[in-house]
Amino acid sequence: MLTKPDIEPSGEGAAAEVGEPLVEATGLEVHFGLRGGLLGRFSGKAAGAVRAVDGIDLTLRKGEVLGLVGESGSGKTTLGRTLIGLTKATAGSISYRGQDITELGERGLRPLRRRLQMVFQDPHASLNPAMDIRTAVGHPLRIHNLVADDQEYEARVVDALERVGLTPPERYLGKFPGDLSGGQKQRAVLARAIIAEPELLVADEPISMLDMSVRAKILQLMLDLKRDLDLTYVYVTHDLASAKFFCDSIAIMYLGRIVEYGPTAQVFANPQHPYTEALLAAIPEPDPERALPRELPRGEIPDAARPPMGCAFHPRCPVAVAACGWEARDLRTLLENRWLELAPEAAAREKSLFADVESLAAESLSTVAIAPGRGHTPEDVLEYLRHLREEASEAEPREPFWRGVVTMHAENGRAVVEFAPPRDPRLSLIQATGVQVACHLREPVASTTGT
Amino acid sequence: MTEPVLSVRDLRVWYGTDRGPVRAVDGVTFDVRPGETLGLVGESGCGKSTLGRGVLGLTPAAAAVDGEVVLRSPGGAGRNLVGLPAKEIQRLRGPELGLIFQEPMTRLNPLMRISQHFEEALRAHEKGLSKQEIRTRALDALRGMGIPESRYRSYPHEFSGGMRQRIMIALALVLRPAFIVADEPTTALDVLVEAQIIKILADLRKNFDTSLVLITHNLGIVAEACDRVAVMYAGHIVEQGDAREVFANPQHPYTRELLRSTISLSTTGLHFIPGSPPDLVEPPQGCRFHPRCPVAMRGCATVEPPEVVLPTGVVSACWQQAIEVEPSLVDELGPDGREPLAAVKEISVADEA
Repeated sequence: MLTKPDIEPSGEGAAAEVGEPLVEATGLEVHFGLRGGLLGRFSGKAAGAVRAVDGIDLTLRKGEVLGLVGESGSGKTTLGRTLIGLTKATAGSISYRGQDITELGERGLRPLRRRLQMVFQDPHASLNPAMDIRTAVGHPLRIHNLVADDQEYEARVVDALERVGLTPPERYLGKFPGDLSGGQKQRAVLARAIIAEPELLVADEPISMLDMSVRAKILQLMLDLKRDLDLTYVYVTHDLASAKFFCDSIAIMYLGRIVEYGPTAQVFANPQHPYTEALLAAIPEPDPERALPRELPRGEIPDAARPPMGCAFHPRCPVAVAACGWEARDLRTLLENRWLELAPEAAAREKSLFADVESLAAESLSTVAIAPGRGHTPEDVLEYLRHLREEASEAEPREPFWRGVVTMHAENGRAVVEFAPPRDPRLSLIQATGVQVACHLREPVASTTGT
Repeated sequence: MTEPVLSVRDLRVWYGTDRGPVRAVDGVTFDVRPGETLGLVGESGCGKSTLGRGVLGLTPAAAAVDGEVVLRSPGGAGRNLVGLPAKEIQRLRGPELGLIFQEPMTRLNPLMRISQHFEEALRAHEKGLSKQEIRTRALDALRGMGIPESRYRSYPHEFSGGMRQRIMIALALVLRPAFIVADEPTTALDVLVEAQIIKILADLRKNFDTSLVLITHNLGIVAEACDRVAVMYAGHIVEQGDAREVFANPQHPYTRELLRSTISLSTTGLHFIPGSPPDLVEPPQGCRFHPRCPVAMRGCATVEPPEVVLPTGVVSACWQQAIEVEPSLVDELGPDGREPLAAVKEISVADEA
């Protein structure tokens, strides 16, 4: 469990003390089933699932600002939605003030909804264009039957508009979203979110669609609202810079899992996971004095329906080790990248060693038997691979792939490559800083000697 | 210094509306030299995309374009692209002028294979290429962007966003244009992929002699990938010069305020520019930034500031610098023109962007 160390919270409004646990997620999973083909449905074979959220534990304390940070496809939005019951969890539990909300149906969730609100990314899309601001902002009051008469309704809407800085409110009540600028719309969306007196706001990229000069204003408004209304925030974003300023604690997500989780100051001062390091290095720095040349991780976030074995980040990780989950797919990527660099004729010559490179694309192959191309023997393939390994051992930066290869030998007319058995990295706590990290390189020494 | 490949002089692009013309680009002057990357930054609605389109002659038919866009590449031969017959300028697109769009997800035809995109582009612009030549050229361009040959016959949906953007860049490069406009090429992409694309664009100027105008609202990208930068505000370029110089010592108040309000890793406090960019149908008199400017003087509200070249080579359109460089200009501001503009009027959210 995460405990808050005595550090200065980063944001100005974050100074409110952080209290009792408000939301606790345990072993949370959200898997979206894929619809298979007709044949698959007949044969009863499952088409697989996208593991949008894959085993997450976290604790959100009252008054805290938790940042969920990751690239698209990392599951951060799904996690944010699931925490307030907007998406059904397929396993695990979420307790809100001691009540397990994963067990509740729509009827049971209704009364909680006004306490758990959401702000969506695109202010242009989250307001009904045919609803004026009076109706849109006050909508939650009607849904939850919170007002007795129209007079009270009007007063509450006016108050909410004033709180978000849409003043004088009379000017905005009759307006339609089309009359408002992006920043004003996001203010109206915030007014709607706070009008039912929520306790927790999940803000999904609330500023990423706004102009640079408006972003700071909306962040400031969110800090003010938090201070005035005693709110707790989950801030979902891909923007590390704003998360650094805004959040007390931060969870870095990759392919449905948290890879690093801890107090913001610690995570930024001393990133532990190679993915966090990569994200930090990738932020373009407007100050040329500070800009540094950098090595970027290769490739892109993998398909969540076919996640890599072991640590999901290993195919892009510059420092991966043997146990990170190397498999046949990684060999294919390695070969394709090599052939991209070569002249077309040389690449074609090397490619002819293999009967079918695409066969390496199958998932979860810890041992792969490679058929040699026409006119080649398994020994030719092995010699070629050994040559690659030799070459890689002298090159800088070191290609981590070869660390995962245990043996290469010929068998039944095929070249067999065997990889080290994959091991899932678990989140483990670094006592000194209160940061949890899921990386084989950061595991306590005792457990790594086990394999 | 080498001769610029593209010279833009006093370019204006106005759109007609019921309320009168929208002056999206209003008298813009800049040069792009061979192999140089010019970053064009500004907030939404400042006219940066319109300027990019205007240079390529891609403005909608309803827009009025005036001024000079001189292309000095071999095919352009020093002609002014403004007013060139549509047929002529179409001939220049591809081999001389290229465009990389925003949102790669929507710019490729989902029903066409990648190979067909290349075939179409090469057939349209370079007639008489054999099928084999087309294939070789396309694969060369794709290889440069890190797309393996095995994906040549795939459909767009089989690629991720970052790969699609690389395909878009390859499609522009395959025609070997002398000059490319890249309009927000990384906006829809993830941080790491964005950084990869920026690296590709930065390498581009090293490996090819292509000149690039990179339109973006992300100041960090300009700092990393551009040689020079032009900052746009309300249809004007308010400051332009060497990217490092402009970012290290921003001169125009708008550039300074924009840099200050950008949230970066070193942000410790929030800062923002009050108010919002002006309505381009009725832009403010004098300097267009004066209603939001923290250092505005009385004269700024009445007389448009001249562009002056500062000792560092940076060009700025601000009275503060103008009277410093050329004290004689003070007279133009009128009597008590140097008095501070009575406290920037209280700007409420009503005027916010």
